[in-house]
Amino acid sequence: MREDRKKRNRRDRRGARTAAAGRSAVMTLENGSLLIRVPEELDHHSAAQISARADQLIKEQDVREVVFDFSGTTFCDSSGIGMLMGRYKIMQALGGSVRAVKVQDRVERILLLSGVMRVIPVERI
Amino acid sequence: MKNQMRLEFDSISANEAFARVTTAAFMTQMNPSMEEVADVKTAVSEAVTNAIIHGYRGEVHKIVITGEIEEEWLKLTVEDQGVGIADVEKAMEPLYTTRPELERSGMGFLFMEAFMDEVRVESEPGKGTVVFMKKRIGCQEA
Repeated sequence: MREDRKKRNRRDRRGARTAAAGRSAVMTLENGSLLIRVPEELDHHSAAQISARADQLIKEQDVREVVFDFSGTTFCDSSGIGMLMGRYKIMQALGGSVRAVKVQDRVERILLLSGVMRVIPVERI
Repeated sequence: MKNQMRLEFDSISANEAFARVTTAAFMTQMNPSMEEVADVKTAVSEAVTNAIIHGYRGEVHKIVITGEIEEEWLKLTVEDQGVGIADVEKAMEPLYTTRPELERSGMGFLFMEAFMDEVRVESEPGKGTVVFMKKRIGCQEA
């Protein structure tokens, strides 16, 4: 019983965090535009999850544009670059586009260093 | 000031965050800038991700991080006992990757080198890989 309650509490807390800036990404599809709210920390772990979910949506729905919202993201490593370039290649093949918006300083530095900004439009926060 | 730490954990992707946050906590006693902490977190994340994906190829084994503070220097090692790297020089070339199907950008070592003052790799096929990294803390101009 106690264990159950503990688990439930943990789940509740996680739910509350996701609404703010938790680890899992919120995705919304509207008029062919897939908006992905990137989590606070974008690494191999979170990037793999986002890529899998996004690709599923792109496959099943009419997605013409993928917009990555980085407003809540403070950490990004090279796995994030892989995620962006991977979606860019898929959307390019489908005649669609990818862009990154509301990018903070630290993430911008990573995007600059990687050269990803040469192919994907990036807007600062 | 002198201080040491050793951290051992399973090579699962959820531990990437654990590894970089723990390393960041260890270096706080050096009174680093936010930029320096972010630099170290990125470098650690890259090395640990490499160990998980390339060293152990997704299998679960142990990764060991050691940290040492010596005056203004932070020294880190990230070690796996995985498949190893036959050609370290090639592996460190920007954009080179053996796993493009996993969307590896080939920028892991580039980022480690960009954010640390020194990066050295020792590896032996079949034995494993150790990444040695050093960064001088508290010496950045504001």
